[in-house]
Amino acid sequence: MAAVQETVDRVKSVDVDAYKYGFFTDIESDKAPKGLSEDTVRFISAKKNEPVWLTEWRLDAYRRWLTMTEPDWARVEYPKIDYQDLYYYSAPKSSPGPKNLDEVDPELLRVYEKLGIPLREQEVLAGVQERRVAVDAVFDSVSVATTFKAELAKAGVIFCPISEAVHSHPELVKKYLGSVVPVTDNYFATLNSAVFSDGSFVYIPPGVRCPMELSTYFRINEQNTGQFERTLIIADKGSYVSYLEGCTAPKRDENQLHAAVVELITHDDAEIKYSTVQNWYPGDSEGKGGIYNFVTKRGDCRGARSKISWTQVETGSAITWKYPSCILRGDESRGEFYSIAISNGRQQVDSGTKMIHLGKNTTSRIISKGISAGRSNNTYRGQVSAHRKATNARNFTNCDSLLIGETCGAHTIPYIEAKNATAVFEHEATTSKISEDQLFYCKQRGLSAEEATALIVNGFVRDVLQQLPMEFAVEAQKLISISLEGSVG
Amino acid sequence: MNARSAPPQTSAEAKIAADYVGARLSLPGGHAVADLRDAAFDAFMAAGFPTRRVEAWHYTDLKRAMSEALPIASPPSATSILAQGARLASLCPRMEDVDSLRVVLVDGHFIPALSDVVRLPQGVALHSLADALAHGDAALIEALAAPGLGQGDAALALNTAFMQGGFVLDIAAGVDVVHPIEVVSLSSSVAAQAIYGRSLVRLGAGARLTLVEAEACDNGSIEQRNCALVCQIADDATLEHVFVPAELSQGSTHVAHLLASLQSRASFNSFTLARGGGLVRRQVFLRFDGDHSKAQLAGANLLKGRDHCDTTLIVQHVAPHCESREYFKSVLDEEATGVYQGKVIVAPGAQKTDGAMKSHAILLSDGATMNNKPELEIFADDVVCGHGATVSQLDEDQLFYAQARGLPKHDAEAMLLEAFVDESADRIENEAIRAHVIALMGGWLAARRRA
Repeated sequence: MAAVQETVDRVKSVDVDAYKYGFFTDIESDKAPKGLSEDTVRFISAKKNEPVWLTEWRLDAYRRWLTMTEPDWARVEYPKIDYQDLYYYSAPKSSPGPKNLDEVDPELLRVYEKLGIPLREQEVLAGVQERRVAVDAVFDSVSVATTFKAELAKAGVIFCPISEAVHSHPELVKKYLGSVVPVTDNYFATLNSAVFSDGSFVYIPPGVRCPMELSTYFRINEQNTGQFERTLIIADKGSYVSYLEGCTAPKRDENQLHAAVVELITHDDAEIKYSTVQNWYPGDSEGKGGIYNFVTKRGDCRGARSKISWTQVETGSAITWKYPSCILRGDESRGEFYSIAISNGRQQVDSGTKMIHLGKNTTSRIISKGISAGRSNNTYRGQVSAHRKATNARNFTNCDSLLIGETCGAHTIPYIEAKNATAVFEHEATTSKISEDQLFYCKQRGLSAEEATALIVNGFVRDVLQQLPMEFAVEAQKLISISLEGSVG
Repeated sequence: MNARSAPPQTSAEAKIAADYVGARLSLPGGHAVADLRDAAFDAFMAAGFPTRRVEAWHYTDLKRAMSEALPIASPPSATSILAQGARLASLCPRMEDVDSLRVVLVDGHFIPALSDVVRLPQGVALHSLADALAHGDAALIEALAAPGLGQGDAALALNTAFMQGGFVLDIAAGVDVVHPIEVVSLSSSVAAQAIYGRSLVRLGAGARLTLVEAEACDNGSIEQRNCALVCQIADDATLEHVFVPAELSQGSTHVAHLLASLQSRASFNSFTLARGGGLVRRQVFLRFDGDHSKAQLAGANLLKGRDHCDTTLIVQHVAPHCESREYFKSVLDEEATGVYQGKVIVAPGAQKTDGAMKSHAILLSDGATMNNKPELEIFADDVVCGHGATVSQLDEDQLFYAQARGLPKHDAEAMLLEAFVDESADRIENEAIRAHVIALMGGWLAARRRA
């Protein structure tokens, strides 16, 4: 009940255009010249002091990108992006490489404080038996601080910026980079391959259960910058890791581009749990500004009995275009996708997942909850497929949509493809508004319309919230309430 | 038919372009429908045959299937009509316990001589498409064009450009047609040919009609059928419709369009039994123009060999307080491919819409494929819409249960399959016709058991 009350208070206290994370921090930064060319790609690569193979890899991606066209199949509309009008690299001036937190620009740390990121280890060390979280913070294009490095190293876990991993663990990066999302996978992934600036790299050695949650916070700060981070997580045989990413951006009138790529690889018996709380600036109530979130996320269950679980809470961005997917290659591997996508104002969400069953006895589960309010459009687009040899593939899909207000849209577009007789696929979807009966029942028991709505919405998304790590479930709930402000009641 | 036409991309498209130039003025309707045909032809040439790149054709590549365009069937000669009349009874026996009024089409052309025209009751008017167009008014042409339904579909545009055979059936307001009207389509030629038919059924306010479309084809020739039925259902009218397409031979393509629009408090119930035969595409475009109307689209797809059957439905809720139901069952054996695409669109303002869609499939063989794409597109908040889709094989436990009670495996399978598909036919209201459809499905299952 307490959490519900908090939701209600939140709704009351925030007015329509309030975006809590909409501050802009004036930090001197080092930018690449505007526009995209082979020189830009070389500039980024040189900045990172990258080996030749990676520079060539980027250039190859760039050349292929030039031959590709922007996809237009998603149910989203936006003015054409001028790729020459963007900065592709922006780093806080305090680089290169802070050795520890004390060397980090204090202004930057204040930013994270405002964001509520538990960056400072002492917060945890100060007592309270809280679960600890290691954080990698990515500011515009560069990873600025990674915490708990030493302790993670003791367990053999590698958790560092990918730019660092290129130097410290080139064999791993070379082996896995682009092995799940190929360079030419899609327009935005190819663009990312050419200009990706930084991101997190995680390697969990065989048999290790990562001693703490790993987390990345992404923030776009600089004006006219695109953020192109690249995350690569490898869980070796029998290992486990839980990883969380959070995203924010300041309020700006123009749209900003975010085109990230996330690749997950699990070997035999390994498990990766990947949670996202995405709260990029959604633009104002008239649809001005906001982030274009064009992200490619894919996990490859390479080993037998491995598991990848995606959980996402999507409340931000002007446009969301992302489909975290699982390739269930190993026998008996398992994929999961839990999603809450909330759209309000003029937001456009086109999100979903792909579960590609290749191995024998593979299972997958999709739970998607979409809530649309205001004048937004919220689309679930998903694919479940069983290939010829995927004996005994199992899938259960449930996607529910809730409509609040008569000017929004909710859409469901699932593709269910079975090429194997032993496959069992179940799919169900419903769309409705909050029922009068439920509202009446709550109001009769003394709740106001707002409280009743908050209670019902919380119940609607509970299946998914339960999948989030404890620390973030509360935060996610707050986000949900902020996102729905102005439409509830 | 002018400089605007895009150049054809394939030899089949080039052939069709040439055919159109030759046939344009001899096609029924002459100048009255020339503009309609030309616009449709231009639209077709601009798009070409749909490929899988066209989202509405995501699982069916018509361009590949139409590697050549067959010559257009010419109207049957008097001798051919006589020959067809002689074998009508054996080829397409009357349904048991159904005293239907028959309308016979040969190669898509309405043949009054073979039809029960004299028995048609008062208030029922039946004409061939050509006659109707010759005497028709602008309203008829507009009705045939069915504006707003199936727009942008290249296969439908092709049908509009070439529509040649078919009939126009008008039921006057308040008339309850007691006897079902059964439209029987035969093919006369053993040579490969293309058939383009367009028929129109208009129900006046409060009218009631049961319409059965049965196609028969036994000559083993390859056909390219592209036929459309337009149904206009006025206030308080009720139309029950059952469609049993022919099992054409492999290599054939069969695109069957149904375009329906409903006014207020109208009711429409349509059932399709597809038993494969080459590539079959059943597409239904339905729109609720008036409030408090109900529509149900149901069907069974029984497929084997290398059959490819695609059922695509687009249901548009424009008016409030309407109810739509879609219910499809598919059984896929050997290397058959089944496709179900259902899209329910609820426009802004179509409040209190109630929509439910289901597609269930059973795969009997590892080579079989089922693709489901049930879509919801909703722009109104006070609605209840849902869909469900399942794919699986026969339940092991059920099979075991039946076998434990002494049924041989084949019989147990047949029994379970029968129960599975019969459920879809339960949606047919007319009991005798339902029994007929169930018997047809039983025949398919029995043939499978013997094989």
